[in-house]
Amino acid sequence: MKRLISLSALAVAFGCGAAHAQYTDGTIKIGVMNDMSGTYADLSGQGSVVAARMAVEDFGAARKGMKVEIVGADHQNKPDVGSNVVRTWLDVDKVDVIVDVPTSSVALAVSEIVRDKNKVFLVSGAGASDLTGPQCTANTIHWTYDTWALANGTGSAIVKTGGDTWFFLTANYAFGMALERDTAAVVTKNGGKVLGQVRHPFPGTDFSSFLLQAQASKAKIIGLANAGSDTINSVKQAAEFGITRGGQNLAALLAFITDVHALGLQTAQGLIMTEAWYWDLNDANREFTKRFAPQYKGIHPTMVHAGVYSAVTHYLKAVEALKSDADGKAIVAKMKEMPTDDPLFGKGTVRADGRKIHPMYLFEVKKPSESKGAWDYYKLRATIPESEAFRPLAEGGCPLVRS
Amino acid sequence: MFEVFGVSSQVLFGQLLIGLINGSFYALLSLGLAVIFGMLNIINFTHGAQYMLGAFVAIFLLQYAGLGYWWALLIAPLVVGATGIIIERLFLRWLYQLDHLYGLLLTFGLALITEGVFRNYFGSSGLPYSVPPSLQGGQNLGFMFLPNYRAWVIVFSLTICLATWFVIERTKLGSYLRAATENPTLVRAFGINVPRMITLTYGFGVALAALAGVMAAPIYNVSPQMGANLIIVVFAVVVIGGMGSILGAIVTGFGLGLIEGLTKVFFPEASNTVIFVVMAVVLLIRPAGLFGRST
Repeated sequence: MKRLISLSALAVAFGCGAAHAQYTDGTIKIGVMNDMSGTYADLSGQGSVVAARMAVEDFGAARKGMKVEIVGADHQNKPDVGSNVVRTWLDVDKVDVIVDVPTSSVALAVSEIVRDKNKVFLVSGAGASDLTGPQCTANTIHWTYDTWALANGTGSAIVKTGGDTWFFLTANYAFGMALERDTAAVVTKNGGKVLGQVRHPFPGTDFSSFLLQAQASKAKIIGLANAGSDTINSVKQAAEFGITRGGQNLAALLAFITDVHALGLQTAQGLIMTEAWYWDLNDANREFTKRFAPQYKGIHPTMVHAGVYSAVTHYLKAVEALKSDADGKAIVAKMKEMPTDDPLFGKGTVRADGRKIHPMYLFEVKKPSESKGAWDYYKLRATIPESEAFRPLAEGGCPLVRS
Repeated sequence: MFEVFGVSSQVLFGQLLIGLINGSFYALLSLGLAVIFGMLNIINFTHGAQYMLGAFVAIFLLQYAGLGYWWALLIAPLVVGATGIIIERLFLRWLYQLDHLYGLLLTFGLALITEGVFRNYFGSSGLPYSVPPSLQGGQNLGFMFLPNYRAWVIVFSLTICLATWFVIERTKLGSYLRAATENPTLVRAFGINVPRMITLTYGFGVALAALAGVMAAPIYNVSPQMGANLIIVVFAVVVIGGMGSILGAIVTGFGLGLIEGLTKVFFPEASNTVIFVVMAVVLLIRPAGLFGRST
């Protein structure tokens, strides 16, 4: 049941005099691959296609005589499905750049294929910090967030306010493991202690059993190293089993605004989370959201969508500067050399290991009484400056850095 | 307090109770499947989607009509059951003469369409629905905190299961149903409207799925794919219990809930595969399932 849905093929422009630029078969082809039908479909899904399309429009590709086409596909959160799609895209359909790819196990597989075929991979949806660590490549840029940044933001904030004993509820795949590992390191570094962990199958439905084990551990903080509907179910059921009333607190290590929307503020209030982007943070973000939401069933953009927009913008700039989309390594090198600048993430840089650098934000979910209505969910607790937001270059173990 | 393999009895009892709660969902869902398969010989793959519909109807009732959980428990099964009756009249009745595969493919297609439509309109993250005020809070049992709502789920689901079993196996109506499955022509000769009985049976099976959906809404994430995640497990339950066996569906539903609960303590990584391991073993030893009659 392989579903490869060619979602939207959008020819933005037919450059008449594009002879001076060497684009493979005359077109820059962007492949947005993510979860279009499962647990991560709202936080990435079609919305990432919308974001990529907006980036191409705002870049003015048509005006500049660049012919850009966007295709989308569903990887169903399965590495084998994702690898097949990407191989077909790169070999047959002449796709030049793969964008988004939530679900770290899929992203890690795709990263290798893209390196072998010398194309470009811009990660927005996936979290595993290994993508810029031991498994970094010269063809991959990790754009929006990673497990280290989440652990660093949420983990250290909680340990510093007294949450010094932890028990992890971890999704049993690359992302969950990486998030647990990175958070445990932050907890220990700040003088806290990890009392245990339980690894649940992904995706799961009933978490009460795991929550009871967490409860029995007597840890002050139950760290949810999972995402999407797994996080939603964990938070919902923790409230039901009176875990928070018993004095233990939840740390949703990765939660998106779409998850908070699905939980409702009544259940989600007080959760602390780290994000790279929030729609109501400034005028530029609100402006973007006003254009984005009507194209995506009213769903407000997540940081993953914003990251896709920002990454595609920077990619197009590099391709424009090089006047070629043929050599993936050269494009990524150019992207690292040029400073980034776009309306959503402002000015930033791409580091040698492929890590995009920008500030991260620590948010707290509002109480129902504080919210003005749907999607008004976060209050800003702290801004983590870009110098502290991501793992120091030397600590990642990326082979590109050593050489 | 004693310990089993390093796990205190306190934790163990808690996990067993939780296994029983999950088992009551398995039992309720597999019961509907078993009733439909037993009477119609249709493998109803739409069951997961109908379970999801039940939960969504509960949310719509709250949002648009202001009707809470208790009304939903009554209305949602009726509404979704009615859609089931329409499906049976429009599509399924043409398939009874054909191979099982046709019914399976048709219902599978309907499930994909239903889930796709809901995903298109409501997204995949789902919608919030809370526990009814009268069932909020819980009891401290000493070894665990049991939310009142979960206790209600066990009791209610057990009641429904046993009532269904009683009606089908012990009453006159049930005997008509069973006779109609064995030999429809003969039963029709006695002046009983067999097609209508079959239609209503399908409606009832679907209503059971919707009922489970309403019961799940306050504790699980209500999203278009909530049924798809569960339905495969439920099918395994039905196969283990013996296709079409009512008692088999109920007993295996609760039993596998317990086994899964224990796995979550001793080897959590395997908790979603353990049911299929059991299924493989059972099929090797008893190909017709634990309670099935080999034909």
